[in-house]
Amino acid sequence: MANNVSHITEYKVLGKVFLVLLFLTFLTITVTSFELAAFSVTVALLIAGVKGFMILTYFMHLKYESLLLRILVALIFVLYALVVLITFIDYAYR
Amino acid sequence: MSGKKMHVEAHRDDEGAKLGMWLFIFTELLLFGGLFLVYSVFRAKYPTNFHEGSLELSVTIGAINTVALLFSSMTIAMALSAIQKNNPKLSMLLIAVTLLMACVFLFNKYIEWGVKFEHGLYPGSGLMSRLDHGDLLFFSLYFFMTGLHALHIIVGIVLLAICFFKIKNGSLHSQKYVHLENGALYWHLVDLIWIFLFPLLYLIA
Repeated sequence: MANNVSHITEYKVLGKVFLVLLFLTFLTITVTSFELAAFSVTVALLIAGVKGFMILTYFMHLKYESLLLRILVALIFVLYALVVLITFIDYAYR
Repeated sequence: MSGKKMHVEAHRDDEGAKLGMWLFIFTELLLFGGLFLVYSVFRAKYPTNFHEGSLELSVTIGAINTVALLFSSMTIAMALSAIQKNNPKLSMLLIAVTLLMACVFLFNKYIEWGVKFEHGLYPGSGLMSRLDHGDLLFFSLYFFMTGLHALHIIVGIVLLAICFFKIKNGSLHSQKYVHLENGALYWHLVDLIWIFLFPLLYLIA
């Protein structure tokens, strides 16, 4: 993509993304109200993950950014997942 | 340098500015990520305290704030599209709506914290110091995480207000909008963090 020509996201697309995010919020509140213990934690975090992905992709324009930046963002989440994993292994075997 | 007519142009690197903003966002993600990690470890250690603690929080206020932030995230993304399409008036209106939503969020937070304070529940209070270790951890993390997040909201308000006035005085326009682009990125980050804070603190009981 040329240096100073950036992609313009249409209002309609942003509106649709908002509606999906709204629906997912409603879904999280409904699912967690059933109190299914470990299941609701997993579902709530999964839905939050999907919402986060949509915000990064559409609102933060990652879909139209360079491959380098997208890889960098992905790596940050991989790094964080590793930190979480190592911390929990540490706590589990103390 | 050898040309007779030297064209002087202010140094400008929009790509660099955006990359810098992203690097800053990475540090912010790891900052809140660290707090989420502390929360997860203590949640695993004191499941019942964290369960009872989250029942004390109002899901309604949390849900209203979630919708307010999602909506404001959409309007600020639209404000960027509007300035790119050379429509400064619409862009300013959308930034104003975003700022209004930010104020709704902070007002709700004020109500929410106010009720807790009235009951004597705030960091350093006598009631807090008499709580169980698990309860103390839950409410300390609640106040610290939502407090740090609210601080980010206030910073976001300042950044977006600056963009609003930059559009008004003409220094931010359809050919030069990187400030609004970065301000919007910051605002989406604040929304992104709340998306994880809301289920973890309010919903998972």
